[in-house]
Amino acid sequence: MKNIWTIAKREYDNYFSSPLAYVVALAIFLPIGIYFCIIMFATSQQALYGGSSAPEATPITWLFIFLLIFLSPALTMRLLSDEARMGTLELLLTSPVRDFELIAGKWLGAFMFVLLLAAFTLIFPVIMNNYVSPSLDWKLIIAAYLGIILVSGALLALGVGISAIFSNQFAAFFVTLGLFFFLWFMVSLPASYLPTGGEVLNYLSLSTHFSQSINNGTINLGDVVYYLSLTALGLFVGTTAIEIRRWR
Amino acid sequence: MIKVSGLTKDYGARRAINNLNFDAHQGEIVGFLGPNGAGKTTTMRILTGYMPPTDGEAIVAGYNVVEESLEARKRVGYLPETVPLYTEMVVADYLKYMGDLRGVPNVEDRVDEVLGMVGLGDRANGYIGNLSKGMRQRVGLAQALLHKPEVLILDEPTIGLDPGQVVEVRELIREIGKERTVLLSTHLLNEAQNICDRVLIINKGKIVAEDTTENLQARLLGAERVIIRVRGEADEELAKAIKLIKGVRDVELKNDGAVEFEFASGKDLRPEVAKQIIKSGYDLLELRPLGMSLEEIFLELTSNEAKKK
Repeated sequence: MKNIWTIAKREYDNYFSSPLAYVVALAIFLPIGIYFCIIMFATSQQALYGGSSAPEATPITWLFIFLLIFLSPALTMRLLSDEARMGTLELLLTSPVRDFELIAGKWLGAFMFVLLLAAFTLIFPVIMNNYVSPSLDWKLIIAAYLGIILVSGALLALGVGISAIFSNQFAAFFVTLGLFFFLWFMVSLPASYLPTGGEVLNYLSLSTHFSQSINNGTINLGDVVYYLSLTALGLFVGTTAIEIRRWR
Repeated sequence: MIKVSGLTKDYGARRAINNLNFDAHQGEIVGFLGPNGAGKTTTMRILTGYMPPTDGEAIVAGYNVVEESLEARKRVGYLPETVPLYTEMVVADYLKYMGDLRGVPNVEDRVDEVLGMVGLGDRANGYIGNLSKGMRQRVGLAQALLHKPEVLILDEPTIGLDPGQVVEVRELIREIGKERTVLLSTHLLNEAQNICDRVLIINKGKIVAEDTTENLQARLLGAERVIIRVRGEADEELAKAIKLIKGVRDVELKNDGAVEFEFASGKDLRPEVAKQIIKSGYDLLELRPLGMSLEEIFLELTSNEAKKK
């Protein structure tokens, strides 16, 4: 377990010396900041003419995850593929580190970085709260942030798993992006046209489990299981890919 | 310390190493010699637990590299052929990271110590990306030494170093080899001759010879060959005169005015030859035994293999 932490810490530190991580942070904070201003402006305009509901923070958390669909592949793409390309994987695989510890460490490093980004977005509900009387529904916000933790954990695990398959970081990036795009937008599209099995496709969809569920304050076991299974799947794929690399 | 039996590795249909058997003891430096593609790196990768063999068994520091891989890996230091390093990291941080992964106690002190051993103490806070190839090679070596491994496996350890550094690194390996087991691969034969107690010559995945460097020379050298130079050009007369001596054979007049001949080893005919030359009226300038270098032994062994086929 100590190895997981050692690897995670290096990856986490590494993001701060990588320009790409700053670009990702900017690409998340800039749209969220703009969106926040629009929400505040629109609700204050409505309030001016009387009759307005209080603004909510959940569009912010929704946007965070929506942006993560496109941006998290950039955070995970090089985690293992680059080690394979540069040959540094050879030293890791000959160190007394289990294959799973390597994958889990890489995942945890990326996860900590994304959680840091998510923590920064807490500033928006806090500001918003100053303009709302009596106050924002914090239970809703807690649920939404729990959603962020679960979804980003799953996305990053899948990203790490795919990165372990490839020796080229761009291949890893596009495959990961394609998978997320499919899981978010496409998998549930044919659901309503199918006579049977539509529920299965709906169940597989990332957005059903987030936008219409946990982000609206409903935490149900099915969603939690869904995200934890995706996380486990990603880590399993990564570990298996490393093992296959050894046998090749 | 290293015991390999029946080790075989296939890459698809290609057999990279075929039924290797050898061992290496504590306090011994074993050289692994062979042309490119002979299977040196493959063998080393199996010994370090990077990949499992197709067949056979390897025991390193008392642990099976497949079944007790983690225990074996704890006791092995490995310098791969193309020293892979994180170029964006600071030297000391990198070594601390590798040390932590191997559970080195007091890792910071140990990093300083090892950097001193490889002569990089003043570069501890520099980025690896800014180091020269020779320095990176030494960072790689430092990384292999961090956890005081019982077995050290070095794939071409002096490649890319300048001559001064080569001497230093060889000195360091010799020092380490006094207490630990070192297996190093090289295609520089004089390096093997220089630092190894024993040499394994490998060709096309098979060990073709295994012995100390001295014994290898003696074994292949049924005869001793000597070269002679005289003032002016040597001629047929001289060759004939030498041929007359009993025991001399295979006399050859070289184009550059030298004469070469052979006699059975153990029976030194040089004094007789010298007397004969002077008696024949020539001024003897040089009389030198042509020791067979490891290069020639190597070529001999590898070409014999080819001939058999």
